[in-house]
Amino acid sequence: MLSQERAPIYEALQEFEKKRVVPFDVPGHKRGRGNPELASLLGEKCVRMDVNSMKPLDNLCHPVSVIREAEELAAEAFGAAHAFLMVGGTTSAVQAMVLSAVKRGDKIILPRNVHRSVMGAMVLCGAIPVYVDPDSDKSLGIPLGMRLRDVEKAIRENPDAKAVLVNNPTYYGICSDICGITKLAHEHGMLCLADEAHGTHFYFNGRLPVTAMEAGADLAAVSMHKSGGSLTQSSLLLAGPNVSEGYVRQIINLTQTTSGSYLLLSSLDISRRNLALRGEEAFGRVMGLAEYARDEINAIGGYRAFGRELVNKDSVYDFDVTKLSVHTLDIGLAGIEVYDLLRDEYDIQIEFGDLGNILAYLSIGDRPRDVERLVGALSEIRRRYQKSKAGLMRQEYIEPQVAVSPQEAFYADKEMLPIDETKGRICSEFVMCYPPGIPILAPGEKITGQILAYIKYAKEKGCSMTGPEDPDIENLNVLK
Amino acid sequence: MELWFSESHTPNVKLSIRVDRQIYSGKSEFQRIDVFESPEFGRFLVLDGYMMLTEKDEFIYHEMITHVPMAVHPDVKDVLVIGAGDGGVLRELTQYPEIRHIDMVEIDPLVVEVCKKYLQKTACRLEDPRVSIHYEDGLKFVRSKKEEYDLIIVDSTDPFGPGEGLFTREFYGNCFKALREDGILVNQHESPYYTEDAIACQRTHKNIVQSFPISRVYQAHIPTYPSGHWLFGFASKKYHPLKNLDEIRWNMRGIATRYYTTTLHKGAFYIPAYVEELLKNVE
Repeated sequence: MLSQERAPIYEALQEFEKKRVVPFDVPGHKRGRGNPELASLLGEKCVRMDVNSMKPLDNLCHPVSVIREAEELAAEAFGAAHAFLMVGGTTSAVQAMVLSAVKRGDKIILPRNVHRSVMGAMVLCGAIPVYVDPDSDKSLGIPLGMRLRDVEKAIRENPDAKAVLVNNPTYYGICSDICGITKLAHEHGMLCLADEAHGTHFYFNGRLPVTAMEAGADLAAVSMHKSGGSLTQSSLLLAGPNVSEGYVRQIINLTQTTSGSYLLLSSLDISRRNLALRGEEAFGRVMGLAEYARDEINAIGGYRAFGRELVNKDSVYDFDVTKLSVHTLDIGLAGIEVYDLLRDEYDIQIEFGDLGNILAYLSIGDRPRDVERLVGALSEIRRRYQKSKAGLMRQEYIEPQVAVSPQEAFYADKEMLPIDETKGRICSEFVMCYPPGIPILAPGEKITGQILAYIKYAKEKGCSMTGPEDPDIENLNVLK
Repeated sequence: MELWFSESHTPNVKLSIRVDRQIYSGKSEFQRIDVFESPEFGRFLVLDGYMMLTEKDEFIYHEMITHVPMAVHPDVKDVLVIGAGDGGVLRELTQYPEIRHIDMVEIDPLVVEVCKKYLQKTACRLEDPRVSIHYEDGLKFVRSKKEEYDLIIVDSTDPFGPGEGLFTREFYGNCFKALREDGILVNQHESPYYTEDAIACQRTHKNIVQSFPISRVYQAHIPTYPSGHWLFGFASKKYHPLKNLDEIRWNMRGIATRYYTTTLHKGAFYIPAYVEELLKNVE
């Protein structure tokens, strides 16, 4: 086994560069010579590294040498039995994970606030979702995690389900009790899958929440390009000891490119090395910076930068302190308004703003002086734009009634009807409402009177609603 | 032996100064700090490779950043100085007996230590009892202040590097809040000449214009700074830099200067047409 100081793909690329091999293969830009504008934009070095699979550089579809070694090193660094380097974003990792666990007609238990990539996977494979209420924080208007007892109930009611999926953590940094959920799933012969798109750093600092692999989960999709520092679109799929590596690889190869980018692959390799060698210290610094920012923002007055105080050992089992979320409604501004002001007036780009909150993404590249700018700008926004407080709409969780699988709904014949005439029909599209960003309807679900009343109420409240083909939500697409 | 210090003013232009010897070289948490001795300019301070001041021409900068607002504001009691670790601004300010208190906020303690030791020409009034030195980020310091100062002087490094937060809209907004209702903010405003500097200069002006009701720019000739043509910003809540200039009052003080005069004060606000246009575009 190689040491974590090594980076086999990166080293192979460096070796390859020295050989000055004449390219009569793809890519056709031939080390950038055929596309000088691109070379000048990205840099000579970058386009020279954009090469094709070949013997000294291995092949992502069937890795046997340097990619294999890089995957083994990644597996070791993340405490997994196997690690797969992914080049189609964490969406591809999530979809390979779901496709490996369930097939047509199988049930999968998941929180209602899953990422859209999971819904896409269900359309692809024909699995049937069993949703669990993710609870929501009424004052912040954000979705939380699954309570253990709700997962237990879903398992009891669906003993034939094949897998449980957990967000570890959510976009806002909320963790469910993944250890308890994994144990429960395994006791009932189900797999436990984790969407760790926002949790890469958990693997490299002992003071952060537990990781899926530590919890004993079977598969985890890890967004290396988010907190891990690799290039956008590079990602990892981790597997535990009870999953067949060969089968997962077959699933990945169904949809993965046969021309995996070495820019992405080497960025995964280098980032893994960096995290393994320096992650503990680097994320310790990020945590310190986030805690500092939270204290300073809370000292401004009016803002609420929330943190570990949310933890209730139930729907908020744990909290990722590197996520810097700020509730803004008490200064009379929606999160999205603060998000726009920060960019337009102060040249500060943050990750997102929803109705009640903003989220600033802190990571290994942040500097204290940039945090001072963010805090300074928030203080100015309060001074200059503060209004009287606006009310926040309350959303009660409506238990979805899954009538047909998302796949069936997606491919079925549809018709568009005025919304009032859709009661009792099966919806073929999403209806999302912000806050708290939990779907009201998903493809394949029955439209009830309660749901129609809620959509009407949310529209009257001026809630931001997205999803349907008709943006005004006067009409909905339903199955014929 | 030929020993020269060179600084690139643009990728295609550089200024070189013959050096006798290097007096100090060190690295702080924030930057590299060097002090050289030269036959033409005496000792000079360099941060991260950028010339900050020379003993020979620093008086121009320090007189212009201090006496211009002091000749306008009728009653300065409390002053905030941001940056200025070399002590030059304090040397000028401490000549005014009516000033009650000066807060100096410098991010880098090593700059102050080095200047105290090797640049006594500027760092000669740091011990004045009215001065409190705070070693912290200027943006952070000013954030919590509300109507506490009559004058804020921003003696920052360039907008690239540790000083970049001192050129932002949030900083100027925080300064506005920290000033009393007739307060004045003066800042070093970069040079309008070389393209990249001109863009920074324009952006800075835009940020100040959006934060203060009165915002004017004045100029000075500083031989060792890029292009030699340097600007200062005069932003104010109430006083106009020319209409409220009290020449008699200032001249009665008898402060000895080598660059600043109340006549030059008036002339300094008449800027070249191309600079006027550069600034007008963002007003």
